[in-house]
Amino acid sequence: MYETNFHKAATAQEAAALLNRSEDGKILAGGQTLIPTMKQRLADPTDVIDVSAAADLRGITIAGDQVTIGAMTTHAEVAGHAALAALCPSICKLAANIGDPAVRHRGTIGGSLANNDPAADYPAAALALNARIHTTSREIAADDFFEGMFTTALEDDEIITAVSFTAPAKGGYGKFPNPASRYAMAGVFVAKLADGSARVAVTGAGEDGVHRHDGLEAALSADWAASAVDGVEISLDGLLSDLHGNAAYRANLVKVMAKRALG
Amino acid sequence: MSEGIGARVLRKEDKRFITGKGRYTDDIIESNQAYAAFVRSPHAHARIVSLDASAALAMEGVETVLTGPELVADGIGNIICGWGITSKDGTPMNMGAWSALATEKARYVGDAVAIVVADTKSQAKLAAEAVVVNYEELPVVVGAVEALAPGAPQIHDNAPGNLIFDWEIGDLAPTDAALASAAHVTEMAITNNRLAPNPMEPRSAIATFNEAEDHYTLYTTSQNPHVARLVLSAFYNVAPEHKLRVIAPDVGGGFGSKIYIYPEEIVCLWASMKSGRSVKWTSDRTEAFLTDAHGRDHVSTAKIGFDNDGKIVGLKVNTKANFGAYMSLFSSAVPTYLYATLLSGQYDIANIYCDVQAVYTNTVPVDAYRGAGRPEACYVVERLMETAAREMGMDPAELRAKNFVRSFPHQTPVIMAYDSGDFDANLKQAQAAADVAGFAGRKAEAASRGKLRGMGYSNYIEACGIAPSAAVGSLGAGVGLWESAEVRVNPVGTIEILTGSHSHGQGHETTFAQIVAERFDLPTENIQIVHGDTDKVQFGMGTYGSRSGAVGMSAIVKAMDKVEAKVKKIAAHVLEAGEDDIVIEGGAVKVAGTDKQMLWHEVGLAAYTAHNIPEGMEPGLKESAFYDPTNFTFPAGCYICEVEVDPETGVTEVVQFVASDDFGTIINPMIVEGQVHGGIAQGIGQAMLENVVYDAAGQQLSASYMDYAMPRADDLPNYSVHHASTTCPGNPLGMKGCGEAGAIGSPPAVINAITDAIGNNNLSMPATPAAVWAALQDVSQKLAAE
Ligand SMILES: Cc1cc2nc3c(=O)[nH]c(=O)nc-3n(C[C@H](O)[C@H](O)[C@H](O)COP(=O)(O)OP(=O)(O)OC[C@H]3O[C@@H](n4cnc5c(N)ncnc54)[C@H](O)[C@@H]3O)c2cc1C
Repeated sequence: MYETNFHKAATAQEAAALLNRSEDGKILAGGQTLIPTMKQRLADPTDVIDVSAAADLRGITIAGDQVTIGAMTTHAEVAGHAALAALCPSICKLAANIGDPAVRHRGTIGGSLANNDPAADYPAAALALNARIHTTSREIAADDFFEGMFTTALEDDEIITAVSFTAPAKGGYGKFPNPASRYAMAGVFVAKLADGSARVAVTGAGEDGVHRHDGLEAALSADWAASAVDGVEISLDGLLSDLHGNAAYRANLVKVMAKRALG
Repeated sequence: MSEGIGARVLRKEDKRFITGKGRYTDDIIESNQAYAAFVRSPHAHARIVSLDASAALAMEGVETVLTGPELVADGIGNIICGWGITSKDGTPMNMGAWSALATEKARYVGDAVAIVVADTKSQAKLAAEAVVVNYEELPVVVGAVEALAPGAPQIHDNAPGNLIFDWEIGDLAPTDAALASAAHVTEMAITNNRLAPNPMEPRSAIATFNEAEDHYTLYTTSQNPHVARLVLSAFYNVAPEHKLRVIAPDVGGGFGSKIYIYPEEIVCLWASMKSGRSVKWTSDRTEAFLTDAHGRDHVSTAKIGFDNDGKIVGLKVNTKANFGAYMSLFSSAVPTYLYATLLSGQYDIANIYCDVQAVYTNTVPVDAYRGAGRPEACYVVERLMETAAREMGMDPAELRAKNFVRSFPHQTPVIMAYDSGDFDANLKQAQAAADVAGFAGRKAEAASRGKLRGMGYSNYIEACGIAPSAAVGSLGAGVGLWESAEVRVNPVGTIEILTGSHSHGQGHETTFAQIVAERFDLPTENIQIVHGDTDKVQFGMGTYGSRSGAVGMSAIVKAMDKVEAKVKKIAAHVLEAGEDDIVIEGGAVKVAGTDKQMLWHEVGLAAYTAHNIPEGMEPGLKESAFYDPTNFTFPAGCYICEVEVDPETGVTEVVQFVASDDFGTIINPMIVEGQVHGGIAQGIGQAMLENVVYDAAGQQLSASYMDYAMPRADDLPNYSVHHASTTCPGNPLGMKGCGEAGAIGSPPAVINAITDAIGNNNLSMPATPAAVWAALQDVSQKLAAE
């Protein structure tokens, strides 16, 4: 790890101010990505701003069918939240299958969305649930937030404060874990919105990170059933080939995981 | 006696390991300690045009930066290979020079080019990044077959065409004739995937040169500190043997990768002399992937022929073995004498021929990894047998049994003389435990859930207890492979056992104590095992090749024989009885059939006070022995694996794994089961998960746990482990060895089971979900075309 300046912020705004003042600062949330990257000397931030004490970034609030999850809420908190599970069980199940217990008790939803790892789980949920990403300066629709792998609409000194969404009528997540990392080799989040339309987001399988799938959305908007997925052609264009599997295999996984997401 | 041979004694060493109180090399702190970081080549093949360390030397805390040319100028010798192999044409192997720090060329990504020594680890790493090396990149080759192709990049000048040797064993003409006359021939292309060893503790070294005493101390993660000392002094000239102490304290796993003396240890010793500081280096996980010797990496073609009756008439194998960029210490023995000599398997085969081409590539050096050559042999033989049975429409177990060796000793056509075994017993025991009869029902039930169920066998045999010194010497080994032991009975009767074996997870502190407890009828808590320090133990050959039981314990037995004889002489003298009437039991030394006795510790005291011992007898009670085995030992067994495949995803679950092993005498069944569990885990890892992958530029794509899949608990089944043992006639305890069997026997059982499930034999290791799914698509295409 290279030397860095460590700061601890008490609020999101204080963290944003510190970030703004630093030459090349980074927010430290759960540290499950940032710390290993720094230890491998692949990241060299001038300043690290710890937001674990920022109470305004924590917690899950539910108002009717409106869900708001603070950026610093850990995966374990989401996985174990009874009221959320009653309203939107799919996101709890997704969180429960991220990494291992240690990762789930440190890693946060804000860190996961900001990082936008092309194989991470939460980006698929945010995109399929048509979520809104709240930051220290604005609100961004999920459709506008994810801009390709490890890239988001966030400005340099902008911090995610929360993510909110309307609970879907139905939802589910099918994840095929990479045998080594256990991130998603293909993860498909399906959501049936209140108006009956379907949104489907795919993570892990694409060359450029999380994306929506038009074919699956059309099929599921017409008929919310696993059998509807059968007829959908999954194009190999833009799908990832790597040492764990080629595009044809990932296309197959997208289909199978979509069906399994439907339960 | 409850703690003797056969007892499930809990491991004495576990208290310190489980409570975090182990003392590993990285835990050692010397008063004048500095930290090393190595400058490593980012290129797989490149000429070193220039190196500029001036910026690094000017950085805070930097003590020194040292390079290859300086190392050579100081007379530090090139890294050796300990086993000479002669090619078919009688020429010696073509070994290229390996300098501990590269001088003119870097030959793999990670090849060490310079060492930086600084006050802190962080300063050393920063300075290493500031060393400017100008490279001229050269063309790269990573695969053995590609490296042999005409026009391939030339890696070492003295190995033309990258061929290190072209070796053969067995008789070609009779084998060809037998195959030509065979009623059925099964032919296969077989790849044995490259593995990274991944011990939990990464390699580490701390070297201290004491100028006042002209003496060196090296703490290192070694499986054989005595051999390290010998080689460091005799070949690398870092210090004369009597001026060098090597200590391997607690070592967290090795699996072969810590047998070798690596560049880092040599360079740390030399750098300590140059800098006057203690120099510590500890590998991080990435460095471990980039520099720990890898295992396996064979590409073979194999043919086996049968007569009308299903009897094997001949076996012919060609293997191309990838050695990586340099010849590591035992690299040449692995795909030759540890591999082709086991190609007879459990079978009576009259004609065998194998030739092996050893090849340089721009990859990490390859050497022995758990099983070392024997897993590769077992995989060839057992994939062939299962496939042949399918092709001939025979039951795979029946085909095997038809060919079993049943009379011992049995001389194979490939050097080995099997001394004992009962292969039928292992097969039957495994079949009963696996409920083979019920398989069809389980398969049908799985099908009703949409799963494909398959079953596969592996009837392995391996050679352990290496090895008779004269025999291995005649085959090219540079060392003798005996073991030494010293038994010290203290004046109060407690015992220290000094052994040349080295424990790095095997539980020697427990099992070695058990054989002493058995012999002298004492509790194991009175017995201490001392190992891993060249200043304490006289000499030893270390632990690998499952040799600590068959060879290391045999040396202890030989020393105990001498102690027992002396104890009886003293007791006979004191108790005024005949030596033959003395018995040792219940903590006492007694005159049989009388109530005359001395307590065990009274004999110890008598030996050391020497007030009343037989005339002419030397005082004291301490004996040593060197034991040289008379033959290899031959652990064998039958493994049966059952899998279920999800045809939609290719995900394969091992639903049952049965092992029936013949390890000879078992000292501690709990520890033996642990060894089998771990071995099978590594075997399933090789078969289904692990793979070192290089891109065309020689970069390791799998150099972290994000991409290298280690087996985890939920990848593995509950094992069903059984024993059907025959006694090994070759050593005093009748032991065969159990450390590698699991890793040797399991991969073919797994692949045989998966290929059975999916109905396609065209499947290589690792059988990842993607590979299994692709093989399933291949089948449906074939069926559609028909
Ligand atoms: C062993 C292991 C297994 C894992 N498995 C999975 C898995 O299966 N699926 C999966 O999806 N993930 C997985 N992860 C990732 C993990 O779950 C975290 O989601 C991820 O590391 C990021 O969250 P974090 O809180 O740790 O962020 P950090 O590591 O602290 O930060 C990550 C990045 O986001 C930035 N950041 C953090 N918070 C904010 C914010 N509020 N606003 C703006 N920027 C911010 C940081 O500056 C940094 O650049 C795994 C991680 C590990 C170590």
